Amino acid sequence: MHIVVCIKQVPDTTNVRINPKTNTLEREGVESIINPFDTYAIEEGVRIRERLGEGKVTVLSMGPPQAEAALREAISLGADEAVLLCSRAFAGGDTWSTSLVLALAIKKLGPDLVLAGKQAIDGDTAQVGPGISYHLDWPQACYVSKIREIGKGQAVVESLLENGKEVLAVELPAVLTVVKEINEPRLPSLKGKMRAKKAVITTWNETDIGADPELVGLKGSPTTVARVFSPSRRGAGEMIKAESASEVARLVVAKIKELKIV
Amino acid sequence: MADNELKIDREKCVGCQACLKACPFAALRMEGRLAVVGESCSFCGACVPVCKFGAITLVKAEAKLSLDLDLYHGVWVFGEQIEGVVQGVVYELIGKGRELADKRGVPLSVLLLGHGLDAAAKDLLEYPVDLVLQVEAPELSDYAPEPYARVVADLVQTRKPEIFLAGATAIGRSFLARVAVAVQTGLTADCTSLDITEEGLLLQTRPAFGGNIMASILCRGRRPQMSTVRHKVMPVAHRSPGRGGVIEVIKPSSTLLASRTRRLEWLPEITSTVNLVEADIIVSGGRGLGKPESFGMLEKLAKLLGGAVGSSRAAVDAGWMPYSHQVGQTGKTVQPKLYIACGISGAVQHLVGMQSSDRIIAINKDHDAPIFGVASYGIVGDVFEVVPAMIRELGGEA
Repeated sequence: MHIVVCIKQVPDTTNVRINPKTNTLEREGVESIINPFDTYAIEEGVRIRERLGEGKVTVLSMGPPQAEAALREAISLGADEAVLLCSRAFAGGDTWSTSLVLALAIKKLGPDLVLAGKQAIDGDTAQVGPGISYHLDWPQACYVSKIREIGKGQAVVESLLENGKEVLAVELPAVLTVVKEINEPRLPSLKGKMRAKKAVITTWNETDIGADPELVGLKGSPTTVARVFSPSRRGAGEMIKAESASEVARLVVAKIKELKIV
Repeated sequence: MADNELKIDREKCVGCQACLKACPFAALRMEGRLAVVGESCSFCGACVPVCKFGAITLVKAEAKLSLDLDLYHGVWVFGEQIEGVVQGVVYELIGKGRELADKRGVPLSVLLLGHGLDAAAKDLLEYPVDLVLQVEAPELSDYAPEPYARVVADLVQTRKPEIFLAGATAIGRSFLARVAVAVQTGLTADCTSLDITEEGLLLQTRPAFGGNIMASILCRGRRPQMSTVRHKVMPVAHRSPGRGGVIEVIKPSSTLLASRTRRLEWLPEITSTVNLVEADIIVSGGRGLGKPESFGMLEKLAKLLGGAVGSSRAAVDAGWMPYSHQVGQTGKTVQPKLYIACGISGAVQHLVGMQSSDRIIAINKDHDAPIFGVASYGIVGDVFEVVPAMIRELGGEA
């Protein structure tokens, strides 16, 4: 079974802060990481290969040349091969054009299964997985928390909705996006790290995947960013202090009752 | 057609590096005393306003996709239902949709997909809705991404609404992305604010980078303008019966209904309290609770308040709470009216999932805990004393 795992290199958003004085983004010390949700997708791909005792895991990413680091890290985590989709023409793409680029590359790779994290932590859209699936005309299951069975032509998965879980039979090939609950990713092995160092990363541009340059990147994107700004921040509020826990509780319950929502 | 370009005027750049700090993608670097644009530029424009010297301009390539926008008319809301129950977010979308439709002077329709939905459709007419499109087929009774997307894309292509809103739920987010690709239009995820310009452009504002920045998105050249909208952000529409809205029942063509996913089982989550994303009040616990049994007192407090129980990642990873309760970066993003954080230190990964709550109460032993930085009310104290005291104060038995 050939499994393609789509990953994205993202800034570690937990360190992206707004400087309240200058109202600008502060990136000091912000590293690039593999989108955390994608690490579960990589792990799941590797586990499926191990379970079946055959197959190949290819990691795929669209991004600048630096994204190669994320692909190498994925190899150290057990992926076999890596493809980077890299071109100026791809830059500035929204979820529509990004999912097209990834879908065209997947078509070329011809896998039986595509895995991805449920969303990326920078854009937080959760739209690229389903978008790829539509471009490929494949079925999809999102928010997958468990792959119960996988075999020739079919997978049985558990997929999370807000108020419960669906158990779904999904025809393959399909796109599955996964949540954190699905597994506990392993750490890179020493052997994996060595392989990652030596691995040859294939790089494809729009010509390699046969993309219409008018449909990728910002040009192929129906949406544009009109403005970026800082959210209004709450300042630290009031500290409630009292002699005893019961007195604190009385004060805080009074505050809650003031809100008139209980 | 020209490509996108971020231009830095060599004459105007003074090398102050303000733009480097503003770039979320680390795409700018210094070469000597000049800022230079690197490969990872995504043309987001975050750097443009921070340059005090007007040295940066963003030239955006025109989208190739464009069409006759005047053919598109009306506002649609997706009436998400699960087992025949119209979901809470739909009533919020009706409120917002009504406002947008009135500003545009166009009708508001609710699109309902499922089977046996007569009662639900009738009830929707009690709200300020002009038309309920009730699409009926047994194949649509449970959520299935392929038929849902085909049916909706088909209706959008034939009836041409200018705006289409859905809840940013698991269902809304996963099938609307297919619809957007199918009808070749833009979709903006998880909006927290929507407004409309005089020309009818929908200004879709949403958090990005874990809520650390806000971005306003436009879909200029394509229609409909589609957004998924976060639950609990917009006020719900009130019942206004007697509006004279109508129901149109639609039987979709069977060619649209094929599905390559099949639901074998539905396992509803059983919790003693209300659903996390639906809750107006969330009582959340973290590492400070020390053991799984301690969540019992949070459940008591939540029940007394009519709220739900949440959890930090630490408590989920320790196996004290199921993943479905996790709030934060790798869990759920919540925005209740009141969030009570008990024994949660407030790692940034947790804060990004709850910092937009209307009010936050934090109880923690450590007065330096970062959670106090976002708390409306902070209590430095022992959760094992404060929470039981709150339960008693509310008339419960601790």
